[in-house]
Amino acid sequence: MSMIRVLYRRELAAYFATPLGYVFIVIFLVASNAFTFYLGGFYVRNQADLEPFFVFHPWLYLLLVPAISMRTWAEERKTGTIELLLTLPITMWQAVLSKFLAAWTFVAIALALTFPLWLTVNYLGEPDNGVILAAYLGSLLMAGGYLAIGICMSAATRNQVVVFILSLVVCFVFTLSGYPLVLDAFRGWLPVGLTELIASLSFLTHFQSISKGVLDLRDLVYFLVMIVAWLYASAIVIDMKKAD
Amino acid sequence: MIEVDALTKRFGDILAVDRLSFTVQAGGVLGFLGPNGAGKSTTMKMLTGFLRPTSGTARVNGVDIQAEPVAAKRQLGYLPEGAPAYGEMTVYSFLAFIAEVRGLAGGTARRRLDQVIREVHLDQVLSQRIETLSKGFRRRVGLAQAILHDPGVLILDEPTDGLDPNQKHEVRNLIRGMSSDKIIVISTHILEEVDAVCTRAMIIGHGRVLADGTPEELAARSRYHGAVSIHFIEPVDAVKALQALPGVREVEVHEGGRSITVFPTVGVTLLPGIARLVEERGWEIDGLHQQRGHLDEVFRDITGGAAA
Repeated sequence: MSMIRVLYRRELAAYFATPLGYVFIVIFLVASNAFTFYLGGFYVRNQADLEPFFVFHPWLYLLLVPAISMRTWAEERKTGTIELLLTLPITMWQAVLSKFLAAWTFVAIALALTFPLWLTVNYLGEPDNGVILAAYLGSLLMAGGYLAIGICMSAATRNQVVVFILSLVVCFVFTLSGYPLVLDAFRGWLPVGLTELIASLSFLTHFQSISKGVLDLRDLVYFLVMIVAWLYASAIVIDMKKAD
Repeated sequence: MIEVDALTKRFGDILAVDRLSFTVQAGGVLGFLGPNGAGKSTTMKMLTGFLRPTSGTARVNGVDIQAEPVAAKRQLGYLPEGAPAYGEMTVYSFLAFIAEVRGLAGGTARRRLDQVIREVHLDQVLSQRIETLSKGFRRRVGLAQAILHDPGVLILDEPTDGLDPNQKHEVRNLIRGMSSDKIIVISTHILEEVDAVCTRAMIIGHGRVLADGTPEELAARSRYHGAVSIHFIEPVDAVKALQALPGVREVEVHEGGRSITVFPTVGVTLLPGIARLVEERGWEIDGLHQQRGHLDEVFRDITGGAAA
């Protein structure tokens, strides 16, 4: 555990050592607020809740999280530090987990910095803060899911642009897998059972109930399983692709 | 001790390392020589646990790198090719991070950091970001990182690549200084380096050991081993007289007669006889020396068929 902490601290510090971290946070804050007020109709709805804020999170993450995750392994591979890292006396799992946790913490910091919105809605009315807390938790879990996908893509190739686009596509499929846009591509040739399985893997469906404040254990488990599965796949991919 | 046991690595159709076996004892510097693509780096990557061998294994002080990778890695210090390091970190924070990962803490960590920073001369750049450093300094950071925990086994992939002559000299001194109680394996394609630091040289080609011995033993395989070169002030027709000496196999003339190389038959020392001849004939010379052999020639001979 202490090894993960050492690695984690280095990874997290790296986000703030370059402008990338700050640029990400600023863009995330500007975009999430713009969506909330202009597209979400925060004032027009005349309701004291943050649904117009949370409802756009899947789309925001879809674009922004791959930008965070794309460098995790691709950069290590490009600069050769992967060889340094993986010949230190650490296990693969410690390396993968510490990278993920650092990236997740970074997104959590960005998410936490949206707190003025929460202050605003509390100033304007009397929202159900339990619902808001649940939605924040759900949003963070979903971000973890996107991150884990992106990290796995980053493990697969050293070209960061390719990583970004791949992550975007895979994340998009998982976001909308409950909707006809994705399902129709499978419906014709896959057995109904499998199509339903794909439909049940949708980030959007799982997040929607959470964003309304309904904390269903199944949704939480879903995101945690997603994270673990993609991280496990990352470890395998890194091990396979180390040589190139 | 390092024991390499039938180590093999295959990348698709390419056999990069082919059943390589050897052992290295503590107290010396083993130089891996070989043309580019000979399998030097791949071997080192397997020794350090970065790449998984296709078959075979290696043991570091008895610890199998495959069965107990973390325990084996603890005993190793490794400078990968190109001396990679996290560019956005400062030199000090990077070394402090490595110290932490290596399990050094508190006073021990501070003492080791101070010592290594002094040895590798990093004092002036401690608070600089690694990406802003020159190639020489980066290589030294890589070296510092590898020796920080005072490992029993040090594996250095081209430790002096890209350094200027002064820096090369310093790094070689450093390596020699550490070699008495450690196993040090370096890879290089700079042959003077073998003479300068290695106590044992292993020439590798196509993933196999082609030659293994002390640098002197390897040099002795050269056609130039024991050959005597004479340099005359004015061109002299000395070929006949030299050929008449006992034990002379061949005489070569260069620079229009100003320079002559005399090759002995095996086991003969020519220098005294030639010196006497020069004196008798009253030849005006400004150079006379016996060669120990050209390592680069041996290298070319041995790897000629294996060059990639």
